[in-house]
Amino acid sequence: MITQPAIEVRDVEKSFKDVPVLRGVNFEVKAGSVFALLGSNGAGKTTLVRILSTLITADSGKASVLGFDVLTQPLDVRGSISLTGQFAAVDEVLTGRENLVLVAKLRHLPNPRALADELLDRFDLTDAASRPASTYSGGMRRRLDIAMSLIGNPPVIFLDEPTTGLDPEARLEVWQTIRRLAEAGTTVLLTTQYLDEAEQLADRIAILHEGRIIQNGTLAELKRLLPPAKVEYVEKQPSLEDVFLSLVGKETR
Amino acid sequence: MTSHIIGDTGTLTGRSLRHIVRSPDTILTTVVTPIALMLLFVFVLGGAISTGSHGSYVDYLLPGILLITIASGVAYTSYRLFLDLKGGIFERFQSMPIARSSVLWAHVLTSLVANLVSIALVTGVALLLGFRTAASVAAWLSIIGVLVLFTLALTWVAVIAGLSAKTVDGASAFSYPLIFLPFISSAFVPTSSMPGPVAWFAENQPVTSIVNTIRAVFAGQPVAGTLWIALAWLVGILLVAYVLSIRIYRRKFS
Ligand SMILES: Nc1ncnc2c1ncn2[C@@H]1O[C@H](COP(=O)(O)OP(=O)(O)O)[C@@H](O)[C@H]1O
Ligand SMILES: [Mg+2]
Repeated sequence: MITQPAIEVRDVEKSFKDVPVLRGVNFEVKAGSVFALLGSNGAGKTTLVRILSTLITADSGKASVLGFDVLTQPLDVRGSISLTGQFAAVDEVLTGRENLVLVAKLRHLPNPRALADELLDRFDLTDAASRPASTYSGGMRRRLDIAMSLIGNPPVIFLDEPTTGLDPEARLEVWQTIRRLAEAGTTVLLTTQYLDEAEQLADRIAILHEGRIIQNGTLAELKRLLPPAKVEYVEKQPSLEDVFLSLVGKETR
Repeated sequence: MTSHIIGDTGTLTGRSLRHIVRSPDTILTTVVTPIALMLLFVFVLGGAISTGSHGSYVDYLLPGILLITIASGVAYTSYRLFLDLKGGIFERFQSMPIARSSVLWAHVLTSLVANLVSIALVTGVALLLGFRTAASVAAWLSIIGVLVLFTLALTWVAVIAGLSAKTVDGASAFSYPLIFLPFISSAFVPTSSMPGPVAWFAENQPVTSIVNTIRAVFAGQPVAGTLWIALAWLVGILLVAYVLSIRIYRRKFS
């Protein structure tokens, strides 16, 4: 059996006015894997995710999701993916439950309420279910956001900087969620500015720099490209993150 | 996916109606100005205005006040649409397999419901101020029909503003001239009392024909040709604004 890649990006270019942002991006993502797109602020990660989720069109090149072309079969692509954008896409006025029911209805699923309750439970939001999303903390909002994206179990999920702006505890929670998705066989394309996030979660890491993918490989492959680590002995003070996490009773991994 | 357009529009309309129910101040702000205008004209200025008709001044005034209510009410449509486009939720909808135009239709239907509520409130206050009509049920229905057309026409104008605005203030600024138009029409004083060029403008702009139609139906008088002029304006504005809105929407988001 030939397994076709879940996501395929070929020579994709995109400029805004005269400013080239993507200058020929190439990569593919194996079905069921977690792929991290690593790049600094402004590298074009969001632009690429928006092209893949049919929100904007590329100037040239080809991109497909589950074999559906983003340009010619956008409805099939939309039916296969879900997008968790860089900024939480929840309705602030609606409650957590209403947000989930809304998405379930728009995906035409049976039993929207039961689905919503199940996700509220899974994302520890049951207690806050009847509160407007505007009262949620950043971490809760992100959890709701991701929960909304999981409704209907789309086979491919895009997560655009899912942990930017979150406190360490919320960050770990999001990581947990992504790991569970990967275990369930969902294909995940994740963008991040943090090497350690890519390291923690991804099967493969690609580095987007100046409009191109300059490296693409497994963590081990990428590490081989770096100069060998020097061994030095220094007393390691606990980092602020360690202190914080031990105070709130979670472990660092 | 077009088979889902009605269901999706219904779901999204339910969402934005919830927004209104949770901030009813948007309806209150809409009706405060028309009600204040009505009080001002009935109790302060009305005595000095000779309308040449038999009924009370509030009878004369109400049709124009209702149009002002709608003109200020639709500003909230462009405001809500603008906020939706800026927020992430819109991108979520666009990346889902839903009928894309249902996002616009939901805002339009919500505007219709909100404006009908506002109109009912303002009419209620008018009744308290002594507004009386002999209009039959059929007459009431035809007035509601004209007001619904007026709301739809202005709402699609509001959609253009909401889609093209760069700032939140810009999104609702388009409604100021709309609110002002009734003042240079037959809404408050007969156009015959105005100086030449102003009277010409007043007689040939859409508000006058719509006001005259509603006023005649309320008074149980024949509407004659003015109804057709009003309908021509309403349907014309509605079609032009609708086509422009859809075109802008397609250009921006697909
Ligand atoms: N709609 C747009 N119009 C003009 N420039 C844009 C637009 N979207 C993104 N850009 C520019 O493209 C570049 C890449 O942006 P983005 O894809 O958001 O990067 P990242 O997500 O990696 O931080 C930035 O320089 C940004 O200013
Ligand atoms: Mg970004």
